[in-house]
Amino acid sequence: MARSTVCIVATLASLALASHTRADGLVPYTIVGDGIADSLTGMPGDAARGRALVLARTTTCILCHSGPFPETRFQGDLAPDLSGAGTRWSTSQLRLRLVDASHFNPDTIMPSYYRTDGLVRVGRNFTGKPILSATEIEDIVAFLATLRD
Amino acid sequence: MILWRAIAAAILFAGIPALLAGEIPPDARRSGYSFMGPDTRAMQDDDTSNPGMLFVLDGETLWRKKTGSADKSCADCHGDARSSMKGVAARYPAFDKALARPVTLDQRINLCRTNHQQATPLPYESRDILTLSAFVAHQSRGIAITAGEDPRLAPFVEQGRKLYLQREGQLNLACTNCHDDNFDKRLAGSPITQAQPTGYPLYRLEWQTLGSLERRLRSCMTGVRAQAYEYGAPELVALELYLMSRARGMPMETPAIRP
Repeated sequence: MARSTVCIVATLASLALASHTRADGLVPYTIVGDGIADSLTGMPGDAARGRALVLARTTTCILCHSGPFPETRFQGDLAPDLSGAGTRWSTSQLRLRLVDASHFNPDTIMPSYYRTDGLVRVGRNFTGKPILSATEIEDIVAFLATLRD
Repeated sequence: MILWRAIAAAILFAGIPALLAGEIPPDARRSGYSFMGPDTRAMQDDDTSNPGMLFVLDGETLWRKKTGSADKSCADCHGDARSSMKGVAARYPAFDKALARPVTLDQRINLCRTNHQQATPLPYESRDILTLSAFVAHQSRGIAITAGEDPRLAPFVEQGRKLYLQREGQLNLACTNCHDDNFDKRLAGSPITQAQPTGYPLYRLEWQTLGSLERRLRSCMTGVRAQAYEYGAPELVALELYLMSRARGMPMETPAIRP
């Protein structure tokens, strides 16, 4: 038991070390199980800012998802309703789903919001940039965690 | 017994043209018209309320107008468009022997201008090219699309199909992700269609003007935050060709109205 714990810690340490060498300018993160346990910014997100971000069309969330947002018309129905997202998923799971949903299903239509590699013909204004910044991811995660059934 | 059934089933299925994964079966294909509300449909149905008809009428005037150093009009060679242009737009993009590649209807009009009228080509998306294109395509209204039947087009149809299936842009989405797998659902409240290009050039209420299929394709590409291909790029022509061949048998609607 003690030995396997040491082994996991060693693996995590080497992963963290490897990810520090990334050249894409993204904050390194470590996937543990089915989530990313640690905040990308090292700080908790701001749920109020996160709510505004989810409703802003530029983040694209509301184009596909709907949710408990009575003031917002024109929500999408391509993806699950966000109501209860904080009950269904832990913050760690929410974070990985935002960062890279294709980690769970390579065929998903949900974009990877914190990824810049493996993309084709990215528009000039968006080259080398993730869809959301680390701070925006944390704010949205904080907000989604408040959506409880 | 089971073996015989399996063989019989195999023979039965072999006779049906195979659908590729995600493709819409022929009898399930729907024009963008069927996704619209009753008001927009009524606007398209009545020629006196369809703003696209104003462009068609302007196109008819241009058709008769002499131009270029050859001082010839379209009508001088092609005569009455009602008979000479009937069904023509339904088979475009078509293979051009001299260029050894497919050309769109707009490109064909400009080839005619350069080669026969000795006039300058009209810029993509300019009012004149759109009105001429709308006038010519209107002569095919109600006629079944036949594009892509020419065997010389096969590699270009395949190129278009590959582009249709290719994820691209910062949002990493392919045409098929929405238009085969999620039509009839709502993107930000608007229904997603099957991308059947039956009515181009068409009048888009969002644009407040007539526009080409290339304009529509480019705006989808910009929507997924991809670098849109330039007007007339071989990739856009191939995509247009694939979409038209995918809609083969569906009736033309030019000038259609879309939200």
